[in-house]
Amino acid sequence: MRLAGKGLVDRSTPVQFSFDGTTYKGFAGDTVASALLANGVKLMGRSFKYHRPRGVLSAGSEEPNALITTGKGAGQEPNVRATVQEVYDGLVTRSQNAWPSLDFDVMAVNDLGAPFLGAGFYYKTFMWPKRFWEAVYEPVIRKAAGLGALSGKSNEDTYERAYAFCDLLVIGAGPTGLMAALTAARAGADVIIADEDSLLGGRLNAETGAVGHQSGAAWAAAVVAELSSMENVRLMSRTTVTGAYDGGMYGALERVNQHTSHRGGGAPLECFWRISAKHAVLAAGALERPIAFQNNDRPGVMTAGAVRAYLNRWGVTPGKRVAVFGNNDDAHRTARDLAAAGVHVVALIDSRNDVAVPDFDGRVFKGAQVCNAAGRKELESITIRTATGEEALQVDCLAVSGGWNPTVHLTCHMGGRPTWREDIQAFVPTDGSIPNMTVAGACNGVFSTQQCLNDGVEAAKAALKALGKKNADVEVPKAEDAPYQMSPLWAVAGKGRAWLDFQNDVSVKDIKQAAVENFRSVEHMKRYTTQGMATDQGKNSNVAALAMLADATGRGIPETGTTTFRPPYSPVSIAAMGAGAQGHGFAPERWTTSHKRSVEMGAPMIEAGLWYRPSYFPKPGESTWRQSCDREVGYVRNAVGVCDVSTLGKIDIQGPDAAKLLDFVYTNMFSSLKVGRVRYGLMLREDGFVMDDGTTARLGEQHFVMTTTTAAAGNVMRHLEFVTQALHPEWEVSFASVTEQWAQFAVAGPKSRELLNGLLDEPIKGESWPFMACGPVSVVGVEGRLFRISFSGEHAYEIAVPSRYGASLFDILLKRAEEMGGGAYGMEALNVLRIEKGFITHAEIEGRATAFDIGAAKMISAKKDCVGKTMAARPGLVDEDRPQLVGLKPVDAAKQLTAGAHLFERDAEAVRINSKGHVSSVGFSPDLGTMIGLGFFARGPERHGEVIRMVDHLRGVETEVEICHPVFLDPEGERVRG
Amino acid sequence: MRIDCPMCGSRDRREYYYQGGAVMLARPAPDAGEAAWDDYLHLRENPAGETEELWQHDGGCGAWLVVTRDTVSHEISNVALAEDVKRAMRKAS
Repeated sequence: MRLAGKGLVDRSTPVQFSFDGTTYKGFAGDTVASALLANGVKLMGRSFKYHRPRGVLSAGSEEPNALITTGKGAGQEPNVRATVQEVYDGLVTRSQNAWPSLDFDVMAVNDLGAPFLGAGFYYKTFMWPKRFWEAVYEPVIRKAAGLGALSGKSNEDTYERAYAFCDLLVIGAGPTGLMAALTAARAGADVIIADEDSLLGGRLNAETGAVGHQSGAAWAAAVVAELSSMENVRLMSRTTVTGAYDGGMYGALERVNQHTSHRGGGAPLECFWRISAKHAVLAAGALERPIAFQNNDRPGVMTAGAVRAYLNRWGVTPGKRVAVFGNNDDAHRTARDLAAAGVHVVALIDSRNDVAVPDFDGRVFKGAQVCNAAGRKELESITIRTATGEEALQVDCLAVSGGWNPTVHLTCHMGGRPTWREDIQAFVPTDGSIPNMTVAGACNGVFSTQQCLNDGVEAAKAALKALGKKNADVEVPKAEDAPYQMSPLWAVAGKGRAWLDFQNDVSVKDIKQAAVENFRSVEHMKRYTTQGMATDQGKNSNVAALAMLADATGRGIPETGTTTFRPPYSPVSIAAMGAGAQGHGFAPERWTTSHKRSVEMGAPMIEAGLWYRPSYFPKPGESTWRQSCDREVGYVRNAVGVCDVSTLGKIDIQGPDAAKLLDFVYTNMFSSLKVGRVRYGLMLREDGFVMDDGTTARLGEQHFVMTTTTAAAGNVMRHLEFVTQALHPEWEVSFASVTEQWAQFAVAGPKSRELLNGLLDEPIKGESWPFMACGPVSVVGVEGRLFRISFSGEHAYEIAVPSRYGASLFDILLKRAEEMGGGAYGMEALNVLRIEKGFITHAEIEGRATAFDIGAAKMISAKKDCVGKTMAARPGLVDEDRPQLVGLKPVDAAKQLTAGAHLFERDAEAVRINSKGHVSSVGFSPDLGTMIGLGFFARGPERHGEVIRMVDHLRGVETEVEICHPVFLDPEGERVRG
Repeated sequence: MRIDCPMCGSRDRREYYYQGGAVMLARPAPDAGEAAWDDYLHLRENPAGETEELWQHDGGCGAWLVVTRDTVSHEISNVALAEDVKRAMRKAS
């Protein structure tokens, strides 16, 4: 019920929203919870396990009960706390975990079966038969339990990630945080102050006490106004600091547009911040804890602080006949505020005997406890137990306070453990838990407003000192300074179920049961009972559960200890954390200069790392990729083919010691390479296995261009950096990746020279460009480079031009090739061409192959040291029994070879221990009219001509294959030199 | 976590590539023997406390760094260019 003249909501801006299909009115500034309470709606959800009717318990992000689903379709968001979600025009919300309706939920039958569903019932009940767990029990349990559901549709909202930097991060904008921010900001520090609420001020907006000459809320607004006007301050409302990390890093979730109907208009729905702070002040406040008693989960039973918040901030009374129950003076404040607002306070029940209570117009029970509540979907009455007996009172709302727990969570994110304070019966942060963080105010166990204001100033001063900045003069206003007095009361003794963790339906009995069954460690108790494991992480129940466990095991609370608090403090959507990393953001695409043309030609593009390369170029009339591939292989073998090879890594290496570097990273010699020549090189890792291979061209005495495989370009670059910085900083050599600066095309086939001669300003004559020659050329007026190298075994060249000419050169090359009976070839044809010649790729040098295995042992020069040389000589790496590179062809030419298949002796059983090698690459050779493959086989080079078995267990293929030399075509290399 | 690159300043750890122990700087001579090479390649201290690690600022300047980090507190007490560390090692030997 809304009270006239109370609260901070904007009554001039009415808002309409819906809950479970009914339209309700609220005001700007309302949360769904406050607006529903204003409309008399108390039933807001059903519990996880027993489907018990639940109402709102709190007024903040710790809410365990009032979880709702917002939005529709792809924008649907489950498990939103009604206490956090602000209302806006058109907001659609509905309840969760109830069927067919919140009011009548058939699964509530679970509640009757409760005696059988206690702690650990899964483990005890669904034991047999074993296979039923996955097939029957788990799916049924999962369907019955649970909260909201995802839409199953792709999320269309936009999210962002961002970084922020500051001298001082103030976490929480209550009296402590605001005072700390003001002090530091006036001293000139760069300040970020973040608070999860939409309205900064913390408890000041929920209490009636004055600060200075004005109300707490007005003082907070004035400080916020001053901070907003300062250039060195960034105020971040609706921003939850979710985690504290190494080196002064903090994670924070900003709900940018969750409070509006704007979607997709540029601003993101949420933004995940990474804040780098030189210093931090944690002013996160405290969370009120309820007291457990029988049926304490009835809708209408709320924390006392929440009742004051709804009353003072939102102008709403959660009931017409309210009782207040507590073990501390905060309960008195609640009764006073309610009475002052004209709400009928039926009774004030204080568990303590010797306390002074304020004068007010209701009954007062000292040394009494509430021991039961009645009213299934709405609280109707409570039972009070006094020294003289029990008495029932008709109430529709009960405000409960069991004391306050400082919000220590962030201080535990780096492994810190909180410290128990007997006087306030609560855990407080342990000093130094987070480097460069000062904890202040209620989250350090300081509870009066005056002490919080003072503490904020002190915390800021400590931060300023650490930052080396001068103090600013700040006057601390006068405020309420009542001492916090309380006497522990965790649970009221009695029969029935008294609830601790509302969201996961954990009762006092369950904790005791865990202790009886010897789950005495707090971490075991937690997992056995699921206490604190729901989306609220037990924010208002964990400490009470610890107290119960301590009691049941005869230990003190400090000895019992706490469970581990981990980030995030409150739920963060995966979409926000992964913002920018979906789709193309997850894996950016690298396109070659011929990409557009290749796609226009209908080529299916395949991934090669982040690059995209054409698989083949289909022609009309071709119905399978094999037809296209065979044709393209024919281009290269019989006429001329053109292929974009720009994706290979290109590293430009220059300096007096360039050759020294190459001699050290390659197994073979490069210092002896003549200018204008190219050499194939093999690179090892330091452990002796092959890292990469490629060709390196010497363009000048001190100038080389190294090529790497497409996949290993980054690794090789990093390796060169390591060698030149960490092993040989004395070498004078510089290098840079020029992969993207040059577009490079293979022109391969018997007509390749003829093709190029039509383009080169100075045509190739006779032996002016022998095999493995390289140098600068002018190609249709552009300064380029020409390399006479071949990955197909044919007379071939690679021609490179600056990338901006790549697209046009590709077009020209293609046109010429087509006129000469050739054309473009893709990756499939390239693969067949290289297998026919026994050339290796990373299918062969996949990290487990040695130079010996690929028949390149002799490439490790005896004249010099190189990376990997020593370890490559280990006996195990040159063992004759190792599987070594061989060619493979099926005995029956029509049979299939498959890459990844294992190789066995002809008469051996095809089981793992008999495997003597595997197939690494396969392709169909149009020239040979059969499939061919490369693979590794034990003592393979000695066994050419012998027949073995290939078995592919995965694809169910078995073929008799003949071992042969890995070079299938032109073993003398006459074509390449011709 | 942030690392203070001597070239670029304080940067988020996502800009860096992690390699392992900084003992990789002390590459044995080719004839140092099996034990030395085995030690160099395979054996690492795993201290609860201060350790020297190699990181590369590969999302930045490309510098290899020797980062002194406490494995318990995660505190980084020193960051040096690997090439400076290597030069100092040369001088000392």
